Amino acid sequence: MSASRTPDDARTVLDGAEIARALTRVAHEIVERAKGAEGLVLLGIPTRGVFLARRVAERIRQIEGREVPVGSLDITLFRDDLRQAPARALLPTEIPAGGIDDKTVVLVDDVLYSGRTIRAALDAMNDVGRPRSVQLAVLVDRGHRDLPIRADYVGKNIPTAKSEKVHVLLAEHDGEDAVRISGHAAGEDL
Amino acid sequence: MKRHLLSAADLDRDDALLVLDTAAELAALTDRAVKKLPTLRGRTVVNLFFEDSTRTRISFEAAAKRLSADVINFSAKGSSVSKGESLKDTALTLEAMGADAVVIRHGASGAPHRLAHSGWIGGSVVNAGDGTHEHPTQALLDAFTMRRHLAGSVGDLAGRRVTIVGDVLHSRVARSNVLLLATLGAEVTLVAPPTLLPVGVESWPCATSYDLDAHLRDADAVMMLRVQRERMNAAFFPSAREYSRRYGLDGRRMALLPDHAIVMHPGPMNRGMEIAAEVADAPRSVIVEQVSNGVSVRMAVLYLLLGGAQLGAGETDPAAEA
Repeated sequence: MSASRTPDDARTVLDGAEIARALTRVAHEIVERAKGAEGLVLLGIPTRGVFLARRVAERIRQIEGREVPVGSLDITLFRDDLRQAPARALLPTEIPAGGIDDKTVVLVDDVLYSGRTIRAALDAMNDVGRPRSVQLAVLVDRGHRDLPIRADYVGKNIPTAKSEKVHVLLAEHDGEDAVRISGHAAGEDL
Repeated sequence: MKRHLLSAADLDRDDALLVLDTAAELAALTDRAVKKLPTLRGRTVVNLFFEDSTRTRISFEAAAKRLSADVINFSAKGSSVSKGESLKDTALTLEAMGADAVVIRHGASGAPHRLAHSGWIGGSVVNAGDGTHEHPTQALLDAFTMRRHLAGSVGDLAGRRVTIVGDVLHSRVARSNVLLLATLGAEVTLVAPPTLLPVGVESWPCATSYDLDAHLRDADAVMMLRVQRERMNAAFFPSAREYSRRYGLDGRRMALLPDHAIVMHPGPMNRGMEIAAEVADAPRSVIVEQVSNGVSVRMAVLYLLLGGAQLGAGETDPAAEA
């Protein structure tokens, strides 16, 4: 699956070092806003959001010297487009042992696009517990929102055309770190 | 996944593992404060039960409700069936009410197949036990339970040895289990008196034996089948006492099992007949867990059949007759 993710005409917009720097900045911003790592829980949205959440948690540990609970939150059963495709396989949901009640939950995903994934994640979280607040961290914000949702922490804003595809590759899953864009923007307004 | 689940043979290895993996994720829901998902909101599941059932009907009902489907329970007693309505007219009534899935239990082998391929209804059909033929969701929940205990909930059951004991002749559970366990790579041995093995069992993907003691020492799981007296109209064994002595699982036989082996029973049990009370209540007995796993597995089946886009008309059996 990962081998076919980037077509030959894809151009790289973030390389490994840039992804690392962006995640480090996001980690600092999360700690700054939360005034420390106390009460923080990072929930990654599978698949790549989980790896990103682990990387951010590791950076927070280096900054603050304490572990931040990391989990994953699968949104498949809460999607609004379930009936437009055959039933999808479920991905793991792992809520950290301490739960999310009264915590500051930071949702972590790779790309923010329509916002529908995040809407589904908010619904999914509703059934797990009641966090004190919920924030959103994404590696790439590519615009074109369908819903009134925005990210609190953005690795990089990348203006795109709707006809383009954004590919996030992570070493844990795809063997390398990169963000690439493929497809032609010609004839579409940015 | 196909559109219907009529037989354990409908599932290839990938389908079966998809159901088991999905069930494993859904099982985590049991620990949550809110045991409900919005996934099947607006879908209608009809439980069409022509035969008595406690756990299967309740299990399907709980599964459908946890996925937010609307559930209509239909039992033959107290319905128009007792006035002589045919399966076809019942099906047409359900179709007119807009059933997205029909979960059917029927005393006649093949009734779910008839319902699925007749063109009477447009939704999915799930076989919840037909006569002495099949009970695929029971096989799935048994495989789920075995995988959890014997394979750490990952992969298939390759090389695991499963001994299924008792009334194979009348057992839809045994047939579905043999088919599914063979698909998952397990080695199955059926142990029963010769009178309770069906004709043609030699063509099933399993071994057979008349000697229970010989197949306990190397078993990873032992599944005891209920002696189905309501289906027995001939003398299949001399007496209940003799059956129990030769084919019942008592404390002595349980001690022959390896330490990791589990004891299973699809229920309802005849305590003292095919299984002794001390065995049924032993720590290695997973009989109660089978029931709770049943809800997760049936949620997975309903989600995979109903959760996505409905398959096009091209998926219906072209040989279907109206």
